[in-house]
Amino acid sequence: MTAQLDRERRTPQVSAGTATTSAGTTPAPRRRRSGAITTRRHGLRCWGVMALLGGLSVFFTAGILSYDNPMPFGSDGYWLIAGMRVETVLVIGVVVFCQAMATMAFQTATNNRIITPSIMGFESLYVAIQTGAVFFFGIAGITLVTGLPQFLMQAAAMVLFATTLYSWLLSGRFSNIHIMLLVGVVIGGGLGSLSTFMQRVLTPSEFDVLTARLFGNIGNARAEYLPYAIPIALAAAGALWWRARRLDVVALGRSTADNLGVNHRREVMIILTLVSVLMAMSTSLVGPMTFLGFLVATLAYQFADTYSHRMLFPMAMLIGYTVLAGAYFIMRNIFYAQGAVTLIIELIGGVVFLIVLMRKGRL
Amino acid sequence: MISLTEVTKNYGAAGAGDTVAIGPVSVDIPAGGITALVGPNGAGKSTILTMIGRLLDVDSGRIEVAGHDVVNSPSRTIAKILSILRQENHFVTRLTVRQLVGFGRYPHSQGRLTQDDERHISEAIDFLDLTALEGRYLDQLSGGQRQRAYVAMVLAQDTDYVLLDEPLNNLDMQHAVQMMQQLRRAADELGRTIVIVLHDINFAARYSDKILAMKNGVVVEHGTPEQIMQDAVLSRVFDTEVTVIEGPRGPLAVYY
Repeated sequence: MTAQLDRERRTPQVSAGTATTSAGTTPAPRRRRSGAITTRRHGLRCWGVMALLGGLSVFFTAGILSYDNPMPFGSDGYWLIAGMRVETVLVIGVVVFCQAMATMAFQTATNNRIITPSIMGFESLYVAIQTGAVFFFGIAGITLVTGLPQFLMQAAAMVLFATTLYSWLLSGRFSNIHIMLLVGVVIGGGLGSLSTFMQRVLTPSEFDVLTARLFGNIGNARAEYLPYAIPIALAAAGALWWRARRLDVVALGRSTADNLGVNHRREVMIILTLVSVLMAMSTSLVGPMTFLGFLVATLAYQFADTYSHRMLFPMAMLIGYTVLAGAYFIMRNIFYAQGAVTLIIELIGGVVFLIVLMRKGRL
Repeated sequence: MISLTEVTKNYGAAGAGDTVAIGPVSVDIPAGGITALVGPNGAGKSTILTMIGRLLDVDSGRIEVAGHDVVNSPSRTIAKILSILRQENHFVTRLTVRQLVGFGRYPHSQGRLTQDDERHISEAIDFLDLTALEGRYLDQLSGGQRQRAYVAMVLAQDTDYVLLDEPLNNLDMQHAVQMMQQLRRAADELGRTIVIVLHDINFAARYSDKILAMKNGVVVEHGTPEQIMQDAVLSRVFDTEVTVIEGPRGPLAVYY
């Protein structure tokens, strides 16, 4: 009874405008609105961070293209060298694009913000294919897995592997995402051990050639695959972008999504297939990049602080591009060690990640 | 009307001999008012509720809500007719109360909120007295406030049928009573049909129009609170000696 009276007393206030939470603002009726951006401050912070990252991205891109160019500015030679470096920028772009979208979508589908798609054994499969080629055919074997048909087949193998796993484990009597992840981890671990075993038996020179292929390496990327990787990645990412609002609902978990009329199981399978396409593109281009996706996704959640994938995706891509392009630029032009980009990502990225986590106190 | 025809669900390994079965359940839940599902632990209350809400597959039988077969109708159609709230709700996504309630409009707007959606959201928030809290994040709320936010979400979905699985879980005396009063108003003022799993028979007797008692996977009693609130009936359902006394606000089951 008291609650009812209390309510009746409050109702006129409600219609006149809700009590403002922040003191000092004008008492004009606040428009009650839902949406991805909660407050003015939140919006400003989001767009501010995006603008800053955009600026940094442009800065690093310009740096990679023009820094340490031996030819005088404006000459034909200058543009020739800059043009050759565009390839690097494109590789960085594609890798970040794939990793950011794939990790975020994967974490949404699995309802978990700690694991990344690499847990599913994509990278182990890549390593196993490469190692197997060298193991069975010697150094010549590496040329067997290089080339356009091989690239497409390797990508197809990874997508097939992943989709078979999902459809088997998500539609059968298990229909449980945790079992699927566990099986993925076990298979990934098995493939990893197999690769390690084969690597033990290789001669030092074979091992050396192989190692060069297995480190995430921007400068040494197979750029000849780019004309195929870019449209495939764009198509997969476009499909994810188109489903972004459904992804927002899938992120709420199975029963809530089903209640809201989104077929959770089907959505998850579609998302995971698209993720495997993106991961296959990235891995085939530059090899394993375990930490990048995780770092980028975690930072994007922190900075964007919203449920909307239409905001999280661009934020993750900008963060990723800034991190990877920045790391590449610094390693190449300051330490003259362009091969070891993953080193700086894991070092600096890890530190930034810990700082952000400590300050916010939540994932 | 919600109508169940010979609905069964089997748990456990098939052919192992020790399967736990729910059903066959055949029952009609009338439209309008609050229907409470009561019974001892493991009686199958939540199973039946989640099957009506098509979150759990039916092994055999048929469930219809307002003439729609919940298994075969498109999920999106069902989402405009019935909404269901489960016991455990935990979101990885960080949401404000208003954003959460806004998700309740998804079946109608597919994520693009219109003026009409905003109005429904505001109404649901006001209805559950969350107006002052609508900008807060869920992790900044107490358990009772959060529970109210979840209920506001399913009310914003604006469905004729609302299924709630133990919404009084983890609520203290005051909040449990408030929650039931708000649900009562939702049924009376908004004309919703509410089906609710309750643990406390006294809450069921006080606030519901119909009580459906389950035991060992089947419906054993179905009737008005007056018909169910009998010593013999309750003792049989709960396997405990229950005495019904006349309390100041209606019959009261004493079992301790």
